[in-house]
Amino acid sequence: MNEGLGGRSTRAHHHFFSGSYGQTFKFDYVLITLTLLLIAFGLVVLYSALGQNWSGLFNQAIRLFLGLGCLLFASQLRVSTYYRWAPTIYAGTILLLFAVEIFGVSSKGSQRWLDLPGLPSFQPSEFLKISLPLIVGWYLATRNFKLKSFDYLALILIVGLPTGLVFLQPDYGTALILLIGVAVMLFLVGLRLRWFAVGLALVVVSAPIIWNFVFRKYHRERIITLFNPERDPLNAGWNIIQSKTAVGSGGLTGKGLFEGTQSHLDFLPEGHTDFIIAVIGEELGFVWCVALLSCYLLIFSRLMYLSTTATNGFGYVVGTGITVIFFGYVIVNVAMVLGLLPVVGLPLPLVSYGGSSAITTMAAFGVALAVCTHKQDLEK
Amino acid sequence: MSTKRAYDPIPSTLSKTVVYRASSAAVVATVFILLLVARLFQLQIVEHERYATHAADNRLTTQTIPPPRGLVFDRHGNILASNRIVPSLAVIKENVDDVDTLLMNVRSLVDFSATEESSLRKHLEDADSDAKVIIKRHLNDEQLAIAAVNRHQFGNILVITEILREYPLKELTSHVVGSVRQVTKEDLQQLDPVRYRGTKFVGRRGVEKFYEDVLHGDIGHRQVEVNASGRVLSQISEQKAKRGGTLTLHLDIELQRVADEALGDRRGAVVAIDPKTGGVLALVSKPSYDPNVFVTGLEGKEFDRLSTRADAPLFNRATQGKYPPGSTIKPVLGMAGLAAGVIDWELEFEDPKGEFQLPGNTYIYRDWNWSKNGTGGQGQVDLFRSIYRSSNIYYFHLGAVVDIDTFATFLGQWGYGRNTSLDIQDADVGILPSTTWKKENKDDSWYPGDSMNFVIGQGFTLVTPLQLATIATIFANRGKWVRPRLLLSSERPVDLGQNFPPVQGVAESDWERMIEALTAVVHRGHKGYLQNGLAWFHIGMDIPYQMAGKSGTAQVVAIPQGEEYDEELLPEDQRKHALFFGFAPVHDPVIAVATVIENGGGGSEFAAPVVRRVIDSFMADIVATSDE
Repeated sequence: MNEGLGGRSTRAHHHFFSGSYGQTFKFDYVLITLTLLLIAFGLVVLYSALGQNWSGLFNQAIRLFLGLGCLLFASQLRVSTYYRWAPTIYAGTILLLFAVEIFGVSSKGSQRWLDLPGLPSFQPSEFLKISLPLIVGWYLATRNFKLKSFDYLALILIVGLPTGLVFLQPDYGTALILLIGVAVMLFLVGLRLRWFAVGLALVVVSAPIIWNFVFRKYHRERIITLFNPERDPLNAGWNIIQSKTAVGSGGLTGKGLFEGTQSHLDFLPEGHTDFIIAVIGEELGFVWCVALLSCYLLIFSRLMYLSTTATNGFGYVVGTGITVIFFGYVIVNVAMVLGLLPVVGLPLPLVSYGGSSAITTMAAFGVALAVCTHKQDLEK
Repeated sequence: MSTKRAYDPIPSTLSKTVVYRASSAAVVATVFILLLVARLFQLQIVEHERYATHAADNRLTTQTIPPPRGLVFDRHGNILASNRIVPSLAVIKENVDDVDTLLMNVRSLVDFSATEESSLRKHLEDADSDAKVIIKRHLNDEQLAIAAVNRHQFGNILVITEILREYPLKELTSHVVGSVRQVTKEDLQQLDPVRYRGTKFVGRRGVEKFYEDVLHGDIGHRQVEVNASGRVLSQISEQKAKRGGTLTLHLDIELQRVADEALGDRRGAVVAIDPKTGGVLALVSKPSYDPNVFVTGLEGKEFDRLSTRADAPLFNRATQGKYPPGSTIKPVLGMAGLAAGVIDWELEFEDPKGEFQLPGNTYIYRDWNWSKNGTGGQGQVDLFRSIYRSSNIYYFHLGAVVDIDTFATFLGQWGYGRNTSLDIQDADVGILPSTTWKKENKDDSWYPGDSMNFVIGQGFTLVTPLQLATIATIFANRGKWVRPRLLLSSERPVDLGQNFPPVQGVAESDWERMIEALTAVVHRGHKGYLQNGLAWFHIGMDIPYQMAGKSGTAQVVAIPQGEEYDEELLPEDQRKHALFFGFAPVHDPVIAVATVIENGGGGSEFAAPVVRRVIDSFMADIVATSDE
């Protein structure tokens, strides 16, 4: 199946970017505007959450600036480039995940970080939000979106390998989002519903086994605590109780920026990272929380819309995949902070403090823009 | 596979489905967002109050400031109970992860006994999670230095200063002042939990217990902002603690010391009262104990040791020890006879052999002077002589004609069978028998024989030394009541209660005559055989002032009919109790004193000198003061 690709590659080599600069610069003002709004809002809140620490804020601003650069760069690449490089990117990510498993740095009970010489430490699992949609799109496209039994097995392997590695770190939250993300991708691309029934049946059957034999004790406790956080108010339940208290005490309009007692007196753990929406809830209240969620919904909608305007299957699959995984992070993070899901340790995209998430999220936006808006590739 | 196929647009066979599914995905995403908004609404709008309260509770902590306990002074300003600041090792309960590690760390700083360990374990169990638990009190300078230098290695061990109660006079005042003890969990169910939050001690006996409300003081509060690790960031408001009220007692420490020394090593009690005010000048019960041990946390071990001692040092004999009054009851019964109109000062009874028989009864009631050979008679006895000679026979005659309830009603006015003290903690009421009392307590009727025992103070009647001193006060005041009290003045207002009306039914001349008789007990001498006051030989010969008094000797075991009492034959704890009460000067009394010496022998011989020594000391003071 690869002779077609090979035939294209020489040409594509000379047209690395879609057209030359200045002529066909691809851009979606709606998405960029929403993203910038979100980032700006996030920086203001982060300034408060960091205890009005300028240097921390500056670090994050640099990362976001880098991320913006990645977005702009990634959005200018041709679809064909991504198609051609998808397996390589995938393989690279797998390699990094293995590296995490072997050399990774542990923090708070899981091994998620890679600290390579000369680079800031980063979380390779974050790359999966790009490489997984790419590889799934690539595979489906190579099968012309007509899957045979063997293809399902191949897909399970392709998706299972990286998610399994993430699961082992352990980073259950990310693993779950990726799995559900891929399932939604397959749903969106038109996979027959009966296959989902089969998948669901598999989950139901395997759930007790996973609960008893795969989950570690501390993780089972995390889930049990979610449903009854008061059970252990000083340890496992502390995060949930304090984040709910922070959010709830904010009320309709909040206590005012920098005025949150929960976050500034250290009652709220991880206020600047995973629990940042609790700071928003406490200091800015219901109104701004709803505004923030609306912004995310708008970004989701815009990306979905752009994906449906893609004129090739590959672009559609990759675009929707990136969108769904991005949205998955938002939903799981907020639900976690509000005590609806276990504390699994996921950042709120584009708002939480941290480099890997911010840069890969924006890079993913760039990839989505590229694969969905570059129409000239389809006319070949 | 062609290049074209690889870049195919979305296959037309899929496109319709794709559109449907993409739209449904948008709907689902919106539903998710709405769910989160609903949850936000629930937390931030519906349950806002609850979480706002929780956030405030998180942030603001109210610290309690325990008040220093009020001081206690004697009448001359000598301090009886004070506060002392001592350095101690403490730990906050919730900072203790493992008690064994804590103990190991403590032992690397100071000596720590097994008793201290078990006490610490118990306190750790009882304490609230944020409570400070004392590990070791009273660090000496060396221990303090070692602890201060090395403490940082064990972050949870704190060096704190504590205010501890101190009783500088130790054994001398323990039965008056009492002591405090550490507030226990059980105490907190009785005490006001707000008032005692942060207070470690509560009065357990004596003045400390009776005046707990005055001495405790008012707790202060400090509202502070804390962070999650409990560190205080700022103070929001403070209401200062108010020191407990200072108490000044009537007690005269010098007199107390004299009374204590007068008793020496004997078991017994002395109570001295100022008859003008009812103020208790001395209150001694021996043996005594050092109340400081109850403060310092060794209470369990020390309490066991003290409470199991055969001579019961914790027992307050002065206020709770109940003794047969013996002959000390006679002058009161004489007054009862006069009040009832059955006797007068002229009436005489014949006492040929020191024996008395009730009509139609063969049982022989004997005078103390009785002897086997029949020579124990005291001759003609009138009321006056019945007092200074302490004639049993006179009172057997009186007891045969006056019924017990008449006696009981009259004696009730004198404080028999009642606690008449105003502020003496746990003072016993003693026993004043009557027909009703016997029915209720012995389920039997009153027999004439009961009256025979009653009139010589050997029956059911029991008095405390405090009651005996109160009776001396009533004589000194010619029937006027001043109820005994410890409190001279208090920094905070105290309502002690009313005095009683004077003793009814006795003419003023009868009071004076009876007091003459009581004076004769002490001063009537050189009159020859059976004519001297019973106490004269022992205390009256060289007394430089006029003193009235009455002795009593209370039998502990019954002497069989026809047998003489022989002290040599009895074990120590079955020997007679020696009693005496007295007051002086006779015409304008300034002090009334009573003493009981357990198994001490004859009242005149052994108890009277104790009373005299106390009065001597007090009179000498007065003379010295008036000379200046």
